[in-house]
Amino acid sequence: MPEPVMPKSDRRETLVVALAAGILLIVLPLLNLLPAEDSWLHLSDFRLNQFGKFLCFAILALGLDLIWGYCGVLSLGQGVFFGFGAYCMGMYLSLQIGSESVYGSELPDFMVWTQVKELPLFWYPFKSFVGGFLGAILVPVLFATIFGFLAFRSRIKGVYFAIITQALAFAAWLVFNRNETRLGGTNGLTDFKQALGFRLTDPATQRGLYILTVLALCAAYLLCRWIVASRAGKVLIAIRDSEQRVTFSGYTPWVYKLFVFVVAAGLAGLSGLLYVPQVGIITPAQIGVLPSLEVVIWVAVGGRGTLIGAVLGAVAVNYGRSVLTNYFPEAWPFILGGLFVVVVTLFPDGLVGILRKLFARKDEASAPGPTETGPAAPSPTAPRPGGAVT
Amino acid sequence: MNKGLCVLAIAWTMVVQFEMNPSQALLFAADQTPASASDSAPSLVAISPLEQALLDIASEEVEVRTAAAAVLIEQGDARLIPKLDAIRAEGSRAVRQAIKPVVDLLKNRANLTSDSPDFRRSAAADLGASGRAEAIPFLKQAAATESVWWVRYTMEEAANFLELRAADPAVQLAAVKKLGELRSSNSVPLLKELMEAGQRPEAPAPQQTLAAAARASVEQIESWGTWANIIETVFRGISLSSILLIMSLGLAIVFGLMGVINMAHGELMMIGAYATFVTQQAFVAWLSPEVFDWYFPVSLPVAFLAAAGAGWILEATVIRFLYGRLLETLLATWGVSLILMQAARVYFGDLTAVIAPQALRGGAQVMVGVYLPYNRIFIILLSIVCVVAIYYLLFRSTLGMRVRAVTQNRNMSACLGIPTRKVDAYTFAFASGLAGIAGWALTMVGNVDPGLGQNYIVDSFMVVVTGGVGKLAGTIWASLGIGGMNKLIEPFTGAVYGKVFILVGVILFLQWRPSGLFAAKGRNADA
Repeated sequence: MPEPVMPKSDRRETLVVALAAGILLIVLPLLNLLPAEDSWLHLSDFRLNQFGKFLCFAILALGLDLIWGYCGVLSLGQGVFFGFGAYCMGMYLSLQIGSESVYGSELPDFMVWTQVKELPLFWYPFKSFVGGFLGAILVPVLFATIFGFLAFRSRIKGVYFAIITQALAFAAWLVFNRNETRLGGTNGLTDFKQALGFRLTDPATQRGLYILTVLALCAAYLLCRWIVASRAGKVLIAIRDSEQRVTFSGYTPWVYKLFVFVVAAGLAGLSGLLYVPQVGIITPAQIGVLPSLEVVIWVAVGGRGTLIGAVLGAVAVNYGRSVLTNYFPEAWPFILGGLFVVVVTLFPDGLVGILRKLFARKDEASAPGPTETGPAAPSPTAPRPGGAVT
Repeated sequence: MNKGLCVLAIAWTMVVQFEMNPSQALLFAADQTPASASDSAPSLVAISPLEQALLDIASEEVEVRTAAAAVLIEQGDARLIPKLDAIRAEGSRAVRQAIKPVVDLLKNRANLTSDSPDFRRSAAADLGASGRAEAIPFLKQAAATESVWWVRYTMEEAANFLELRAADPAVQLAAVKKLGELRSSNSVPLLKELMEAGQRPEAPAPQQTLAAAARASVEQIESWGTWANIIETVFRGISLSSILLIMSLGLAIVFGLMGVINMAHGELMMIGAYATFVTQQAFVAWLSPEVFDWYFPVSLPVAFLAAAGAGWILEATVIRFLYGRLLETLLATWGVSLILMQAARVYFGDLTAVIAPQALRGGAQVMVGVYLPYNRIFIILLSIVCVVAIYYLLFRSTLGMRVRAVTQNRNMSACLGIPTRKVDAYTFAFASGLAGIAGWALTMVGNVDPGLGQNYIVDSFMVVVTGGVGKLAGTIWASLGIGGMNKLIEPFTGAVYGKVFILVGVILFLQWRPSGLFAAKGRNADA
């Protein structure tokens, strides 16, 4: 099969992504830095920090999109991997507090009030930044490898896999809430002061973290795009559309699924790693069943099966949330629930799907002939992932 | 002189302030100068020993109080309690302490002949715990005429427990042996004390024989306790299993028939529970208290219909458009569940409780150390009824036949003229109604709150996944297995790690049986 010319929609996507990356990476920090405080152009430290948080979520959403949007495997446990990453980084940051803590002890505060006299053994690797950084990526990856191996090898799929991962999220939430796991129980880890000698409260540090997040997001996007465009990516899409045929063609689907599941877990860990120093707290409430499901809704709203959709959805939903919870705190669960229902029933291709349709109509008008749709855009009539009814 | 004047002045103010009757004022004065009171009182009026004791109990001197208490216990009865309470309300700390056991003893003794077995039992238990040897004859007397075995048991246990402290070693020995025979777990600490006392080398011979007997009794009691514990654990496991079963049945039927995972199933259950609550409130508001208990049977159809109606609407508005798109139904129903939960939270607030009807309060003491609450027994029976009803519906009715046909092969069934969409709608509504019944039953064991469904939903999904698709037997066995394992592991690991172990267990189980316990047999490459 000759390599096709880059489809028009893909070229457009590249352009949009490059533009967005430019804005996020250069324009926003400059708007934060240059204009005077009271200028309408000025972006407050708080807003920039908030954007950093949304972009962390975007990395998490990219991982889920890879496994759900491209491979058709719905994982309702992404929050767990996010939590592993966040907790690993949080442990490093907790140990960096040192004698600045409330009790003046070298141990994190919660250990003082839960009567822990010595640092538990598994905390030792997190004394160094390298330990925290590697842990945040490797722990989720390792866990996903074991879990995924057990699940995919025995051909647990579709709804079964979704439910098992949801139970995983539930179990992880239960365990992290316990005090004897020595991870701060319900209160989680918080009150961080510094990382690598930089004060976390300093706006300059936060700006640096924001830029790091944007860079990480770009890297994650490129990685995902490379995977999707590779031959393995084609197999992934084939698995989504008909796993049986892939098996009959001589492939071993579970290996591909495991691979992409592990990549998604690594991205979730990276997201958690960047999230903690920017938000300053990690608690079990962020890794339970509901947070894991929210990731799914970000991707669904943005448009699954498109990488740009995952990013768009994560930012849009979280921005909407931060605005709406400000004005109607009680209404957010209604809106979130409504989003689930409406997006799934009426707009299965999400925001990107809507935009694509608009552009496709314009393209059709300007250039007659069959329009190309990228491999990443399944036609609305095609069976949806997981649609193989047993 | 000065002091006496002071006392008088205080007594006078007390009379004015609290409107005491003169005898109480006298008592109060007696408080300060006991000797003069007991000398002068008889000269005023001739009073009975009981009245004398009533005066003496407020004395400052320990001996006088003790003697008075003995007289009161021996001759008095429950009619004295108001008087004693009045004295207690004004007495000093020491006096209050002296009166309290007397009041308790008299009250409990009166309750020993009460009409209600529960009152008789708790009175006997209180007397046993009070440590007053005076109670032994009453207890023995009451035990001789008692007809309810469990109350009689408590009376005998209490009497023997009190005799353990007797001065006579022979009485003690008999009590030790009897308590062993009674398997009284309450007396283990005291028996162990006796054992330790007898183990000292300088202990006299009778104490040593007592210790040996105590050791034998403790062993007897503890081995019995182990068995009782096992039985109670099994019961709790079955009870949890039956809750899971009622919940999972509807879930499993829908999953088998339509391949739909209904994440809102827990919230349909919540609707059933709130329907029960609303019915109860309606009874409180509009009907007389005598018929209050009838709210419970009345709310069964209400809960069923409310949940079934909600399910019917859910099917017609959301699920209908998502057939064949399993993961989407999962997400959409999750959205619905969020909305329902928040709606309940906004409308009902966070905590609402249903009062159990009289018949389901309390429990049955089936044997020593094994107490089975009625509400749990009720839920177990209910789940059996549900299983039988579903069995008949599925395997003996036309609708059931259609449901099974569509489950096996949707297209073929449609070709044969079965209105598959209608079958789907009915089945979904019926399964939702089952969730409503589960909610109705759950109001008996816990509060009604918006998160009610969430507590059980993950476990129910585990049951469905483990049991296999569309197999009644699979669901039953899986819920028994998961519920039972939960309660079996819990004592060793705690509830949280118990759940984690169950999850690991299910994943490993699916390694061995990827499509559940009872997979549909066939040449399906996807299975």
